Amino acid sequence: MIESYLRGFERISASGGATAPDWARSLRLSAITRFETLGFPTTKNEDWHFTSVAPIAEREFELLAPPTHGVTAAQLAPLAFGATDWHTLVFVNGRYDAKLSSAAALPDGVTLVPLKQAYETLPLLVEQYLGKVATFEGQTFTALNTAFLDDGAVVHIEKEIEVARPIHLLFVSDTSAGAGTAQPHNLIVLDRFAKATVIESYAGLDGAGAYFTNVVTEAVVGDGATLTHLKLQRESEQAYHVGTLDVRQARDSHLVSFSFATGAALSRTNIYTELRGDGCGATLNGLYLGDGEQHIDHQTRIEHVEPNCYSRELYKGILDGSAHGVFNGKVYVHPAAQKTDGKQTNNTLLLSEKAQIDTKPQLEIFADDVKCTHGATVGRLDETALFYLKSRGIAARTARQLLTYAFAADVLESIELAEVREGLEAATLRRYIEQS
Amino acid sequence: MSSSIETLVNREYAYGFVTEVDADTLPPGLSEAVIRLISAKKDEPEWLLEWRLKAYRRWLTMKEPHWPNVTYGPIDYQSQSYYSAPRSVTPLQSLDDVDPELLKTYEKLGIPLNEQKFLSGVAVDAIFDSVSVGTTMKEELKAHGIIFCSLGEAVREHPELVQKYLGSVVPHSDNFFAALNAAVFSDGSFVYVPKGVRCPMELSTYFRINSEGTGQFERTLIVADEGSYVSYLEGCTAPKRSTNQLHAAVVELIALKDATIKYSTVQNWYAGDKQGLGGVYNFVTKRGKCLGANSKISWTQVETGSAITWKYPSVILQGDNSTGEFYSVAVVNNHQQADTGTKMIHIGRNTKSNIVSKGISAGHGQNSYRGQVKVMPKATGARNYTQCDSMLVGNQCGAHTFPYIEVGNNSAQVEHEASTSKIGEDQIFYLKQRGLSAEQAVSMIVSGFCKEVFKELPMEFALEAQQLLGITLEGSVG
Repeated sequence: MIESYLRGFERISASGGATAPDWARSLRLSAITRFETLGFPTTKNEDWHFTSVAPIAEREFELLAPPTHGVTAAQLAPLAFGATDWHTLVFVNGRYDAKLSSAAALPDGVTLVPLKQAYETLPLLVEQYLGKVATFEGQTFTALNTAFLDDGAVVHIEKEIEVARPIHLLFVSDTSAGAGTAQPHNLIVLDRFAKATVIESYAGLDGAGAYFTNVVTEAVVGDGATLTHLKLQRESEQAYHVGTLDVRQARDSHLVSFSFATGAALSRTNIYTELRGDGCGATLNGLYLGDGEQHIDHQTRIEHVEPNCYSRELYKGILDGSAHGVFNGKVYVHPAAQKTDGKQTNNTLLLSEKAQIDTKPQLEIFADDVKCTHGATVGRLDETALFYLKSRGIAARTARQLLTYAFAADVLESIELAEVREGLEAATLRRYIEQS
Repeated sequence: MSSSIETLVNREYAYGFVTEVDADTLPPGLSEAVIRLISAKKDEPEWLLEWRLKAYRRWLTMKEPHWPNVTYGPIDYQSQSYYSAPRSVTPLQSLDDVDPELLKTYEKLGIPLNEQKFLSGVAVDAIFDSVSVGTTMKEELKAHGIIFCSLGEAVREHPELVQKYLGSVVPHSDNFFAALNAAVFSDGSFVYVPKGVRCPMELSTYFRINSEGTGQFERTLIVADEGSYVSYLEGCTAPKRSTNQLHAAVVELIALKDATIKYSTVQNWYAGDKQGLGGVYNFVTKRGKCLGANSKISWTQVETGSAITWKYPSVILQGDNSTGEFYSVAVVNNHQQADTGTKMIHIGRNTKSNIVSKGISAGHGQNSYRGQVKVMPKATGARNYTQCDSMLVGNQCGAHTFPYIEVGNNSAQVEHEASTSKIGEDQIFYLKQRGLSAEQAVSMIVSGFCKEVFKELPMEFALEAQQLLGITLEGSVG
């Protein structure tokens, strides 16, 4: 319901919202106007052709307040696969929680603060980039998020600094999230030759209900810098999740992105990157695991603006029950982007008769000296592989489970960070292989 | 460049001439009265007029689609004429009655309608502007029980067949241009192949737009009864005009149990000049339905002409074990735009589809492949393989791929592969060191690129297609 957001916006404006600088307040104002004009997309909108957002559009979500009863560190530990030395900012119901966060032991030249604090400590940086990378002109959910711009994380890595341990932005929703909405907005800036791994986690704690997370993350990767971005979406089963990662890459920079999606009743992950300098590279990988009535949608867009860049993309999905998967990958090569080398693959495994996938890999090419390929496959487990395993004395059931796991492990292997790779492998193993 | 390619490349659009014939052309404009007039001129039965009017009323409520990846100015539907017929053909009895001027036109195009001179064993239905001017080899076909005539004639002679199948694959309300066609369609070809008959020759229709300010709206209907086989070819040309002409055709194919239809098109409408002025807007709806089990429909197209091409020859795989195929070469040069591809809708069990699409973009051309592979929940054992390759020649052109893969059954096996590249420098280098010139190397690579599709074409067409490819890429190869 658009009206409930408009009312919510007025309430916040009336009550001051005074912590934000003027430019942020005017940004919010133009965003709510844009949101009102755009409205929620229908399936007639090409970008939302296979995903109906009616369940989100028809519901009224209250903007969430911080939880009334405490979330404990013990509840959060499994979400970081037990790792204790990550630099972590924790947000509960979209609100920064200082007690649970542990960003103390940061190396020099690294800033990791909640947005409100960044307005004070990094005012120029925030003003320079916030709302500039993830523009909301044609994006309803980005407009909605920007209209309620208030909380989130700001990460800044100064030039030539390498952050050894990952930075973890952990967003959890607890039982008090109910039918509320969180609209966090993150900004990641890597100066030239900086290097960092940022993990964004979204999770529902036990008993969290049908809440709605709508997150926008903007990332600026400077000359020669490398950003590794892992998004782990493990929302509660009834939740709604829309997440957008919008990246702008400068010369010789690299983006390594991995999106893992397994939660939420309805989820949509947008990963967009613009290769705006010579010699950039972008690797976008992902794995989506769906079951029951889940709807999991991924949309990626790689814009090759400048020459001599490469992009690699591998998205895999395993769908069971009546789950519905959607993949739409766009590779756009601008006229100046000669010598572009692009490769995109989407493979989906359908485990049950009712599971469904709509995939749309897309190439739009305006330069001539390019090499671009894409491929998509949909099917069930390979009968010959099953037969081979059975011929080696492995029971049919075990063979199926092994092959299912192997299908997923193939893309999980690409995650460099050991804790996350092993953690997700273990979780996938538990999910698909019965323990005896 | 090899001399034969060179002559091809330097050749202009050879079919751009205008034939001076006395034509009966309706004044521009579209209204119910115009539709009644077209229907009356063709002496149509009441049900067909009703169907046309139903389509027209539906069309009025529809909006011109703008989702294809092409750009063009607004089309004024009231400024063109919806019916034009050479005056001399009205009482069409035999080819001897055909205006010699028209026969000359077709000879110039390389389509001899005169049966004595006819050697290659192809039966031709020639459509000039809005009407059929002659159909050859009718007698021999009749001996096999095959009906091959203009649609107008079929309405008079075989109304039961036409009424049963017309609009059964592409309904009058299908899309904007199909509705327009259903309202104003002038003529087209009709083919019926009876049970168990293998059509002994290629059937062919040659479309020619001649008059200025007219659109062409033909409608083709092919029905292959149980166990029959037919191969059908279609060719098109138009004179050079500086204004855009609209061609909104509909083709419906119906394959009953165990039947096979092979439909090949070499489309060479006038493409406009080097600056993109003029040319035909080719907005066509082509669809086949594999109605019976084990039936097969195969589309092959070579698209070299038209300023804008917007067509998706599709197959509805309704019968169990039915097969759909789509082989396409689409070439754009200068300012041509093409948004073409196919739809394969898998409904029956163990249905198969195979898609091979080759796009070549040169000059300022924009070439899009748009395809849909849809596997319905009940279509167990469906199989699809799609390959779509694009080649870029020059740095002003574009190649785009929009595949939609929608799978609702887990026993389906769907594969899609696409690539876009320019001619590799290493490939040219290799051929050069084998003693070929750079130009020869390029033409060899291009023809190799298209070979998979050309081999699907009947012999006569394969040669023509190869030549057309050379002409279309004029000045851009090498």
